[in-house]
Amino acid sequence: MEILSKIHARNLVEWAKDRPEVLVLSADLTSSTEADLFQKAYPERFFSFGLAEQNMMSAAGGLAREGFLPFIHTFAVFIYRRAYDQLVDSVAYPNLPVRMVGFLPGITTPGGITHQAIEDVALMRAVPNMTILEVGDATEIESVLDVTLDISGPIYLRMLRGEVPRLFAKNEPLKFNQARVLSQGTDITLFSSGICTEEAMRAMAILKQRGVSIQHMHISTLKPFSDPAVLEASAQARMGVITMENHTIVGGLGSAVAEIMADNGIGKKLKRIGLKDTFAHGASRAYLMREYELDALALVQAVEEMVGHELDITETDLQTVRLEAVHSIAKAEAL
Amino acid sequence: MTFSSPTATESTWQEIVYRIANNIRLRVLEHTLKNNGGYMSQACSAAELFAALYTKIMKIGPSEAPMVPPPFLGVPASDNPHYQTGRGYNGPIAANLDRFIFSPAHYALVLYTVLIEVGRMSPEGLAQFNQDGSSVEMIGAEHSPGCELTNGSLAQAISQAVGIALARRIKGDSGRVFVMMSDGEFQEGQTWEALESMVHYKLDNMIVYVDVNGQCCDGKMCDVLNIEPLKPRMEAFGARVFVVDAHDADALAAPAEVEPDGRPVIVLCYSDPTRGLPLLNTRAPKLHYLRFVSEDERETYRNEYEKMLVELKGS
Ligand SMILES: Cc1ncc(C[n+]2csc(CCOP(=O)(O)OP(=O)(O)O)c2C)c(N)n1
Repeated sequence: MEILSKIHARNLVEWAKDRPEVLVLSADLTSSTEADLFQKAYPERFFSFGLAEQNMMSAAGGLAREGFLPFIHTFAVFIYRRAYDQLVDSVAYPNLPVRMVGFLPGITTPGGITHQAIEDVALMRAVPNMTILEVGDATEIESVLDVTLDISGPIYLRMLRGEVPRLFAKNEPLKFNQARVLSQGTDITLFSSGICTEEAMRAMAILKQRGVSIQHMHISTLKPFSDPAVLEASAQARMGVITMENHTIVGGLGSAVAEIMADNGIGKKLKRIGLKDTFAHGASRAYLMREYELDALALVQAVEEMVGHELDITETDLQTVRLEAVHSIAKAEAL
Repeated sequence: MTFSSPTATESTWQEIVYRIANNIRLRVLEHTLKNNGGYMSQACSAAELFAALYTKIMKIGPSEAPMVPPPFLGVPASDNPHYQTGRGYNGPIAANLDRFIFSPAHYALVLYTVLIEVGRMSPEGLAQFNQDGSSVEMIGAEHSPGCELTNGSLAQAISQAVGIALARRIKGDSGRVFVMMSDGEFQEGQTWEALESMVHYKLDNMIVYVDVNGQCCDGKMCDVLNIEPLKPRMEAFGARVFVVDAHDADALAAPAEVEPDGRPVIVLCYSDPTRGLPLLNTRAPKLHYLRFVSEDERETYRNEYEKMLVELKGS
């Protein structure tokens, strides 16, 4: 698997080159959110707001009203927890094109509960006018900025940084409100998002070998959530539907799928893999994925429960995990 | 390597503060070398402050917590009776004793180190730093040793301390509430809201020590988002402000001795984020986190460590 580093940092510079209306706003986490290369390239379009996220959010609203495209860069928690009131009143209500680029989704950081954005999708989904995008690999990081061009209102972008694998072909960009079909099958439909897609892919080969036919679809648009292919795949699953997300099971991908299934009278079983309505704590990503059952093994268990028997799959049957180094040169801190 | 702990034979409290401060820097550097990363400049700037708080300034009792911190026992929840904060390391809660509120959660490495140096935690505790399943978290949370609040999202501790100080006043406690903060927290509006309420409610049982090292993640505060001049700004809010040299034990201790006069006390401790490790200056203006870019760089720091070790032993 190809692993790339600092993709967003480089891509943003290239993408913003001939777009003078693109501004970057940072809250004292410029290298940690890969906005450092932009700052270097276009210092006159970079605004340092210090650790004062509420002010930055409302200021972004002001800039957007004047015709600019402000890209807020900070850790996700400081966008939706710290500045929720501001993002609703100063940005979402007036439907302004502010792009909120949130880093450290879910349990991707050892920074503990104050740094782990585990309920951001739930809160953002509840905000009218909001669009929510989440990237799952390098190709999506490279293509997501293009997707933002056609969206006139605010966007919350659940971003990855540091070392990221390329899971999807470089010439298959992220497409707005379109699920990406990774495998076709008829027993179970699996919807995964963000880093959980990489985890799910680890289990796919062995599950197939054990005779379970899985329709695996990767979701990168969490709001709106109206891709007909998602509805179709939920309806056709013989045994049921599984969702898998790096987020609490309350209000995120699992809930979005539950809503469209119920809305459309699809009476299938739904299993939601995610944080089970709990906070996490500071530890490595791999450790937390196992502890909170967000990993490939958790998917195997969910599939076993759905098919009603054990599949005799152990950790060694799963494709190897890509272990992230705590101290990687691609990250400013060990966070 | 041996680290001595304070004994009755030490001549003055100031000497104890300086020795502990140097040991804090040494231990944090040792940790940073071993782990190829650490919050080093925070140790350089705040070593004397932590040492003075724990050995001279605060009136706190002996630790009530185990020398080796327990593993992480799950998050606070009604069905989790095991959850415990790290407050016990700062001694018992009593009407006449002070409370220590540690605010800038990324300074946790420095906090853990001072706990070791003053004999409240065993060095094995530090070995658990940022290890899977440990409570000795990189960004201190309320279950981490020496912490009683969760403040990784900066600038919330001071407001929580306002609540604690109000409660202590209602209860008639004579003990005070000490808050240790970083200067970056003064970029957040919440800090200033807290000040408003401290002044409004005349919380002179609160004393806030700020490590003014002039640094934040992106570099120098004056370039990232200027917050100076702090003293007149705070005085305009109605606070009683002292400006001291963060590396001078007497200067650090003096403001805690003043008679309360109805105003909350803020001690602005102006510090040097490379104090004791001038080599760090080669990384300026970005000092927030020390991770070696090469084996060579690590080696330079290792040499510096050896020198510091010899100096400390010699003194
Ligand atoms: C609300 C909030 N915003 C941003 C951050 C990310 N962050 C961690 S430390 C820090 C600033 C560091 O400045 P300071 O607190 O003065 O500490 P120092 O640079 O001296 O370590 C920032 C922005 C945070 N922890 N909380």
